Amino acid sequence: MREDTRTITFAAVVCVTCSLLLSGTAAGLKSRQEANEAFDVKRNIVKAFGIDISAMDRPGIEETYEIHVSEDLAGNLPIFTWTEDGADKASKYAFPISGKGLWSMLYGYLSLEADLETIAGISFYKHGETPGLGAEIEKPWFQTQFTGKKLYDDAGNAVDFLVVKPGTKLTPTSVDGISGATLTGKGVQALLQKEAAAYADYFKSIRGN
Amino acid sequence: MASAAKKLLMDPFSDNNPITIQVLGICSALAVTVKVDTAIVMTLALTAVVSLSNFVISLMRNVIPSGIRMIVEMAVIATLVIIADQLLRAFLFDISKQLSVFVGLIITNCIVMGRAEAFALQNPPKDSFLDGLGNGLGYGIVLIAVASIREILGFGKWLGFQLPLGDNFMGNGLVLLAPGAFIILGLLIWGQRTLTKYVED
Repeated sequence: MREDTRTITFAAVVCVTCSLLLSGTAAGLKSRQEANEAFDVKRNIVKAFGIDISAMDRPGIEETYEIHVSEDLAGNLPIFTWTEDGADKASKYAFPISGKGLWSMLYGYLSLEADLETIAGISFYKHGETPGLGAEIEKPWFQTQFTGKKLYDDAGNAVDFLVVKPGTKLTPTSVDGISGATLTGKGVQALLQKEAAAYADYFKSIRGN
Repeated sequence: MASAAKKLLMDPFSDNNPITIQVLGICSALAVTVKVDTAIVMTLALTAVVSLSNFVISLMRNVIPSGIRMIVEMAVIATLVIIADQLLRAFLFDISKQLSVFVGLIITNCIVMGRAEAFALQNPPKDSFLDGLGNGLGYGIVLIAVASIREILGFGKWLGFQLPLGDNFMGNGLVLLAPGAFIILGLLIWGQRTLTKYVED
């Protein structure tokens, strides 16, 4: 009986000590972690607007975001707008994109030029694809291909945007896929078509304003 | 340094390496060795966890009730791992994103539990700490070796720096996948065991 009491007391002391340590660490680091996550989102939005962030440091990116980007709602979908210095109207629009890749959900942002048809930039910030294959979606060579391509036609309808086999002749509505990661490419294609369709009504409604 | 302490620290590097001799910790050795920087951070995280857990468990070795010995070890290890994960998220956000679940999985890394059971329960805190340090770094040296081979052959880079391999260099996709890591690890184990003349009984 005494042995049991000792065991239970010991277990209780270990549990309380561990939980105090853990809650202490979590509480102490929470604000820092949240700041990191919030910054990661901002960095990817700025990147999706076609800005080269490779040479920018953290304060620089934060400042760019504060000056140029504002958040809004397209119906009940989030939308981000980019305003140039001194301009009173938004010149680019960005929205979050997400969908299934091969192994994981892909998350990113895509931005459109003021004509509401042409892609200004794209970024993927979270995925679990194979490094060296599907994970190439986060590389500049893959993402820069999207710049200048058309996501909507003249009437504002979403086009069938394609991610094609490398080497196929490209059109204004297709980009090269990744060798060895066909299914990740198909995922990118499907999520672009899905998100483009979801935002089509909003972009039609602001056309000509 | 006293020779006994030196032996504790240095043995796991070669003669008693946790990966190449004991074949523990293979899962993470495959998963986090695509690039050298993630391998280094993983090494530091695991070394910190295994040396501190050895130290704490060794401090408690005479008072742990035998019936709940393993669960107490688990609680200590899990606490340390979560703290390491939280610290990485706060201070090395980009690398912690790449390491993703594998920091959390240090909890199930056989090396940590194995050293607690095999060493820390019978030895004083200082020796246990050194044993943990040695094993963590012994694990790390293999991790970094595998990661170096994979990053050089796969990307033509080392620690993110472009190596002068010429424009015709084509990255090898196979070494970036888990099977490639398996082959490299197998070759390392072969080489290591030939050198140390280690034979499995």
